[in-house]
Amino acid sequence: MTVDSRAEALPRRAVSRRVARQKQAILLVSRVWSWIFLAIMVVFFSIEGTGFFTVRNSQNILVAIVPVLLMGLGQTFVIIAAGIDLSVGWVMGLSSVVSALVIRDLADGGMAVGLAILIGFVAGVGSAALAGLLNGVIIAKLKVPPFIVTLGVSFIARGAAFLLSGGNVVGGQPQALRDLGNEALLYLQRGDETRLYFLKKPDVTGAQLRMLDRILPWPVVIAFVLVLIAMFILHRTQFGRHTYAIGGNKEATKRAGVPVDRLTILLYVMSAVTAGFAGVLYTARFSGGSSIAGDALMMSSIAAVIIGGVSMFGGEGRVSGTVLGALVIAVLQTGLIMMAVEPFWQYVIVGIIIILAVLMDQARDLIIGRAEAE
Amino acid sequence: MEPMLSVKNLTKRFGGLTAVNQVSMDVHPGEVVGLVGDNGAGKSTLIKMVSGVYQPNDGEIFFEGKRVHISKPSDARELGIETIYQDLALAGNLDVGANIFLGREHKRKYLGGVVRVLDNKFMQNQSEKLLDDLDVHIPSLMQKIDKLSGGQRQAVAIARALYWNARLMIMDEPTNNLGVAQQGEVLALIRRLRDQGVPVIVISHTIRDIFAVSDRIVVLHRGRKVADKRVAETSTEEIVQYIMGARDDFRNN
Repeated sequence: MTVDSRAEALPRRAVSRRVARQKQAILLVSRVWSWIFLAIMVVFFSIEGTGFFTVRNSQNILVAIVPVLLMGLGQTFVIIAAGIDLSVGWVMGLSSVVSALVIRDLADGGMAVGLAILIGFVAGVGSAALAGLLNGVIIAKLKVPPFIVTLGVSFIARGAAFLLSGGNVVGGQPQALRDLGNEALLYLQRGDETRLYFLKKPDVTGAQLRMLDRILPWPVVIAFVLVLIAMFILHRTQFGRHTYAIGGNKEATKRAGVPVDRLTILLYVMSAVTAGFAGVLYTARFSGGSSIAGDALMMSSIAAVIIGGVSMFGGEGRVSGTVLGALVIAVLQTGLIMMAVEPFWQYVIVGIIIILAVLMDQARDLIIGRAEAE
Repeated sequence: MEPMLSVKNLTKRFGGLTAVNQVSMDVHPGEVVGLVGDNGAGKSTLIKMVSGVYQPNDGEIFFEGKRVHISKPSDARELGIETIYQDLALAGNLDVGANIFLGREHKRKYLGGVVRVLDNKFMQNQSEKLLDDLDVHIPSLMQKIDKLSGGQRQAVAIARALYWNARLMIMDEPTNNLGVAQQGEVLALIRRLRDQGVPVIVISHTIRDIFAVSDRIVVLHRGRKVADKRVAETSTEEIVQYIMGARDDFRNN
């Protein structure tokens, strides 16, 4: 079943090689344009904004990125499987509230703080997983479109979070929790002599403390580990392969004997779990649980996924793309703030980028399609 | 020789309509059977009873001499009856190897089986060997199915069924929507399957293709079998007459 027949192979092969090169070039540009965009932004902000290109700001960006990135991870899987999860933002709020309540009550009840935090985290992520289970079961078993189901569950999660917290921030958290949310793997002491501390915060005060940069705060480390796990699952395991297959052709996947329903449920649980992690890390960072913790973030997570090149029709995308998308959004946010631009412009710009990203995809398909037809 | 598949007096009714009426037919190892008939003649219904999509109201199915009850598609697949539909078989966003192994991926185990990683290399190599055996050439197995021609896709679907020990292949309109050259390739592939001992039932509207590839032709008309003829003993004109209902070999049975 050879494509070229021998007789006319030579001239056609030359043409097809040229077309192939063009296609490669277009593909390359369409793959790396967001990296290029990111680089341009970094250069621009470094020149225009004061204090953008610093260790401290790089860490601020990384901290800011965590919730969007985490939700984007789960969302990546769901969208590759041709679904959507609109519930992540408010599920994050639920997880934040539940973890804060559990940690406070257990710590107040005299439990060792470390254990209380651990149980609180499990409870927070567990409450999120429950919401994901609800999403998944209704979508897979009752065949309701994911858009509707996750919208409904989103409201339920929000209601539950408000009811549990009474509409207030759940405070009264132990210091150890705050440390987990804010302390870091490395410390950089600037000043007369620059020193790097590993794991141990140097005992400094006043002006020296202001010269102390936290490098890789714990939430960033946790998010980084979760990114690696997500990459492994999506790109190296059977589960990941089937995620792509469902997005590509659900019916064929079913016929191949893949338990599509069970997988779908798992995907939504996973998505909720990543939102749950975002929630508990929020609780740790701000030392309190809030039902509105993830309010604006659901849309940002979807934006990150789209900017990262995941197809909304399913079947295409990579975890690294989502990481990039989250980076683009975070750099834009902090950069604009540091340039003293009205921060609301970020929304306008993110909106434009989203549309450009999708246009870029379509243009690629169009051009490649045409190249093939030639 | 014992038939691979034998259906006896198979009947399927939908309400008042008898879609398949007392149809019996055999498929022997090493033969291609063309199943033809006008729209609504009952071809698809008959096939769907064999592949487990429909349950017969009456009649029996024997596979390799044993009476079998095929109550769902996976039952059929377990017996080795593979049905290839044109568009439902493959995930277009995955490459050839991923599709051939879809649902039965080969994995390497680490940490005592706790961590299992896809063994893409193994799957790629096996796919290559498999397609070579079928004399199918696809420039790069790393290509997504979407980028392949219709004929190549058919080949991948057939290769997949074969790899998972298909004993009987049913192909529904395998040459639809294909260019002339590709049609020829698919027909050649069907013959190779037969030569490897896997009998094939081919449903098609294209009489020319049926004649090109079949050893025997079964004609259905309004749910009944009206002809069962060796290709050598019939002609296009005759088969058309059977399809139109102008001839009927089994009227008195």
